[in-house]
Amino acid sequence: MTDTLPKWVDIALIPLVNVTLALIVSGIVVALIGENPFEALRILVNGAIGSAYGWGYTLYYMTNFVFTGLGVAVAFHARMFNIGGEGQAALGGLGVALCLLFIPWPHWSIALIAAIFGAALFGAAWAAIPAYLQAKRGSHIVITTIMFNFIASALMVYLLSRVLLVPGAGGSPETARFVEAVHLPNAATVLPFMGFPRSTPLNISFAVAILACFFVWWLIWRTRIGYEIRAFGHAAPAAIYAGIAPVRITMIAMLISGGLCGMMAINSVMGEAERLVIDPVQGAGFVGIAVALMGRSHPVGVALAALLFGMLYQGGAELEFEIPGISREMVIVIQALVILFTGALDNMVRGPLEKAFVARRKRPSKPEPTTPLEAGGHPERKQVEP
Amino acid sequence: MTSASLGPSHTPALGDEGLALELRGISKAFGPVQANKDISIQVRRGTIHGIIGENGAGKSTLMSILYGFYKADAGEIYIGGRRTEIPDSQTAIASGIGMVFQHFKLVPNFTVLENVVLGAEDGAMLRPSLAKARKLLTDLAHEYEMDVDPDAVVEDLSVGLQQRVEILKALYREADILILDEPTGVLTPAEADHLFRILRGLRDQGKTIILITHKLREIMEITDSVSVMRRGEMTATVQTAKTSPEQLAELMVGRKVLLRVDKAPATPGDTVLEVRNLQVVNSQGVEKLRGIDLDLRAGEILGIAGVAGNGQSELLQVLGGYASGTGSIRIKGQEIDLTGTASDARTRRARGIAHVPEDRQREGLIMDFHAWENIAFGYHDDARYGSAFHMDNAAMREDCAGKMERFDVRPPDPSLEAKNFSGGNQQKIVLAREIERDPDLLLIGQPTRGVDIGAIEFIHQQIVALRDRGKAILLVSVELDEIMGLSDRIAVLFDGRIMGERLPSETDQGELGLLMAGMSGEAA
Repeated sequence: MTDTLPKWVDIALIPLVNVTLALIVSGIVVALIGENPFEALRILVNGAIGSAYGWGYTLYYMTNFVFTGLGVAVAFHARMFNIGGEGQAALGGLGVALCLLFIPWPHWSIALIAAIFGAALFGAAWAAIPAYLQAKRGSHIVITTIMFNFIASALMVYLLSRVLLVPGAGGSPETARFVEAVHLPNAATVLPFMGFPRSTPLNISFAVAILACFFVWWLIWRTRIGYEIRAFGHAAPAAIYAGIAPVRITMIAMLISGGLCGMMAINSVMGEAERLVIDPVQGAGFVGIAVALMGRSHPVGVALAALLFGMLYQGGAELEFEIPGISREMVIVIQALVILFTGALDNMVRGPLEKAFVARRKRPSKPEPTTPLEAGGHPERKQVEP
Repeated sequence: MTSASLGPSHTPALGDEGLALELRGISKAFGPVQANKDISIQVRRGTIHGIIGENGAGKSTLMSILYGFYKADAGEIYIGGRRTEIPDSQTAIASGIGMVFQHFKLVPNFTVLENVVLGAEDGAMLRPSLAKARKLLTDLAHEYEMDVDPDAVVEDLSVGLQQRVEILKALYREADILILDEPTGVLTPAEADHLFRILRGLRDQGKTIILITHKLREIMEITDSVSVMRRGEMTATVQTAKTSPEQLAELMVGRKVLLRVDKAPATPGDTVLEVRNLQVVNSQGVEKLRGIDLDLRAGEILGIAGVAGNGQSELLQVLGGYASGTGSIRIKGQEIDLTGTASDARTRRARGIAHVPEDRQREGLIMDFHAWENIAFGYHDDARYGSAFHMDNAAMREDCAGKMERFDVRPPDPSLEAKNFSGGNQQKIVLAREIERDPDLLLIGQPTRGVDIGAIEFIHQQIVALRDRGKAILLVSVELDEIMGLSDRIAVLFDGRIMGERLPSETDQGELGLLMAGMSGEAA
């Protein structure tokens, strides 16, 4: 990160400009296929946040992306690119399912705590093997985590079609439904006054995701482990000089990363599907990479970026439904443009902005990356907290 | 305007045949920073002109303007008496300016010949250019004592030879004015001497040479005239014969500077460090230390002299706990683990060994961390910085503020990131961290590399003060002056072996230089 820009520019303004540029280009594409881009934008935004129903889905998707985004972000702090969120989250789902299918939990709250551990443990275990190969053998983590996504996918197919398959499920490979006692309260139950319809998948996992943001902030900027992770990520030779063991930090950072990615399953498997299906992740592992990049690996940024992608997912679905001319692929193009502008083309906006700020100000700023989360940084939180 | 020319009259007639280069009133600002302020300079044809100044004084900016990398905000450039605009480096080359950068701009896997021709090919076909270049190269090599095999691949050449290729490149492009930016920083004393011979030869053939350096000794040795820069301004231009290192240092820093280290004779106590038959093989399987014996006592500074790359780094790394070796090391009589299985840099610190590493920007500091985060680096497990898991950032900030004040770090702002401090102040942060642990043994590598003169004085005083508190100090430096000035004993390292030990009072640069080149006179 740069020291010439104030924190808020780095974490809010630049992503905002990036998203605006992405929307302009998307608009041009929409216009080119003969649809009205302003109408499309209205439907997208309206579909995502125009109703309690829309918010319910947007925040549900956001919860998924917060977990995977945080996971990728923690690995980023140790300068590792965890592409394996997809597989780790799938294994997290397995952890949740095993935990809930075979132990008779008396109440959803205890089950949730157990499921969090199960999900984190399985996700971390799936990250542990690539981490170990990286730390001990130098096998590149990008390659190994990608390969482990495929292994995870194959493993899930095997388990769901042969081992955990519920009899009489009508041919779809999935487990039995979890018992009623462990169903997580959804938004309609917890926040009746907000008017969420019963059908929205938003559930109590959202609160866990917000807690996870605070946890990651505390871990990275307030603990010795976080200090070592950041030191190792910024300058590995310096870390070795300081007696920070690369093997240990690589393992710890990847275990935490995999654990957070795995925790996504409490939202999708425990909270929404209430059983384990063949692909419980639905691409959230990959979106997590974009979320972490866009959020600059800071929990506030990750939460905001996750909200944006939640809106794109939900609004995109509405768009596809409302305008027949805009197909599923078109929606993917729009999402891809946002990823392109926020991730890959970040420096295009950053450079000119930096120049503008240097020219405008006489004194260099004193950035404070460790400031606590500002309350204002969480407009979406007000939706669920009484 | 403070530019005070002590040279020839300040208003020469246009087209003065004696001047190769003249700058008038050059100014350049980067945002609020005035990198060059109204700089005027005159360089006579066929002379070696030095430009000296501390890091950040504006030397490189000035040369970048001359070479067309930056456009000056104001001012005029005259080459051979003719007003010249230099919008880009092609124009600079066409005007007869050649530049040898500190970091070479060579293609490592090209041959010498290919590098020389690169960008100056005559046509689409390479063969005629190469043949022409080969002929010219042989002539030049003959004329200026610059033997380089035209077909050697550049990455196989020594640093000194690579630099020669850079000079040949400039000459091939018919440079009349040759600018060298800190050319001796990477050279052995012998290579530096050879470079100076080449430069003198070039001067005698009528070339004009501008030498940018921060080393006073080089200025005194080779230049005919010298300009001093300080904070973007030209503080003086003087004839080298009529000045002294002390006067130049004062002009550079703006106050009187003690160039010699002021210290009382050592009063060594008990042995702190005993090294026996230490051998280190690096990861490529190269023997870097081939059986070293050293003794170091409390209250004593042992200087390790040698050209970079002769095993000094490995010695510091093994002692610092992050490289493995064989042999034996005792600290205060107790054996320490050399295999790296039972120890690391952390356990070394617990044994009372502090380490100021050779490369502070790569190892000693995390450049993107705040000063207060860096102040705990390596000691971040310490109880004073928090509990078992949690880190007490406030305690770190407070500790940092105190250390910054005691070590005169400027600006004394713990929340600035390490990269925002000058080299000297970065080094003071590392020193404050390591010295204030009150170690039994301080390992210190290249304490003043890239550090401005004003800070060098302070750093040397701190090292001597630690010695006088009865601590043992192992000093590694490639600067012979520094070794001679600080050490109570000097050991010379060459190719992984100690070539001999000398007392500073009983040796001189000549003898040490021979030992550094691997020529032992009589056994030590």
